[in-house]
Amino acid sequence: MKQDLFQAIADPTRRAILTLIAIQALTPNAMAEKFDMSRQAVSKHIRVLQECELIKPEHSGREIYYHFNPKKMQELDNWLAQFRKMWETQFNQLDKVLSTIKNQKK
Amino acid sequence: MKNDLLFDFTVDKPAKTVFITREFDAPLSLVWDAFTKQEILDQWIAPAPYVSKTKYMNFEVGGKRFYAMVGPDGQEKWAIQKYTSISPKTNFKLYNAFADKDENPELPGSDWDYNFSEQNGITKVSITIFNESFERMERVLEGFQQGFTATLNNLEKLLAISQK
Repeated sequence: MKQDLFQAIADPTRRAILTLIAIQALTPNAMAEKFDMSRQAVSKHIRVLQECELIKPEHSGREIYYHFNPKKMQELDNWLAQFRKMWETQFNQLDKVLSTIKNQKK
Repeated sequence: MKNDLLFDFTVDKPAKTVFITREFDAPLSLVWDAFTKQEILDQWIAPAPYVSKTKYMNFEVGGKRFYAMVGPDGQEKWAIQKYTSISPKTNFKLYNAFADKDENPELPGSDWDYNFSEQNGITKVSITIFNESFERMERVLEGFQQGFTATLNNLEKLLAISQK
């Protein structure tokens, strides 16, 4: 599941779509126009983004508007944060060791 | 302790690459020693409550460090690092792989590239990890989950030692 999420955002066009719809929900036609892409190409990107829940469809009359799902992005952030935390822990320990050695040398 | 020291952590999943940059309030020679000398390395490399135990370490090109992260329950997670390139106080590279207690590596491993530079008494260390898989990252993390909660304890302990 995480892998899909990373694959989804690894593509620059999909990242651009996310950036755009984070500001405003868009229909597939509007996306195709903005990115100068075929409807088929847009549909493919939408499918990938929707499968990993980065975007959500919302029907409005005959149109479908796609909304950005910030919760999913948060999930990715949280997952990465654990690794960041691990390194931070090690480096904070190193800070203390370095300052101990520096003080011993004085 | 300075709080404005740079810390950056980025993951490039499609490229299977991890970038880590951190500044330290210490001269280059000391920071270099902290990364390349067994007796200093073992003091900080494992997040508490894990302890780093180096069985042997030959810091030279072609040399190895065989070590374990030892958990509070005594469980040992072994790994082997082989040094592939060393430019004193500038750069070193190693190949890292999980192993069993008999030094049999679990391949493939990952390539680690460490860069060191100093400016105005602040030393910057940049680490790039190539060919890192998510499975391996998660495995490392699993082992350290308990460590996060005990981070503060560890810091307090080290503080107490440095104040003696």
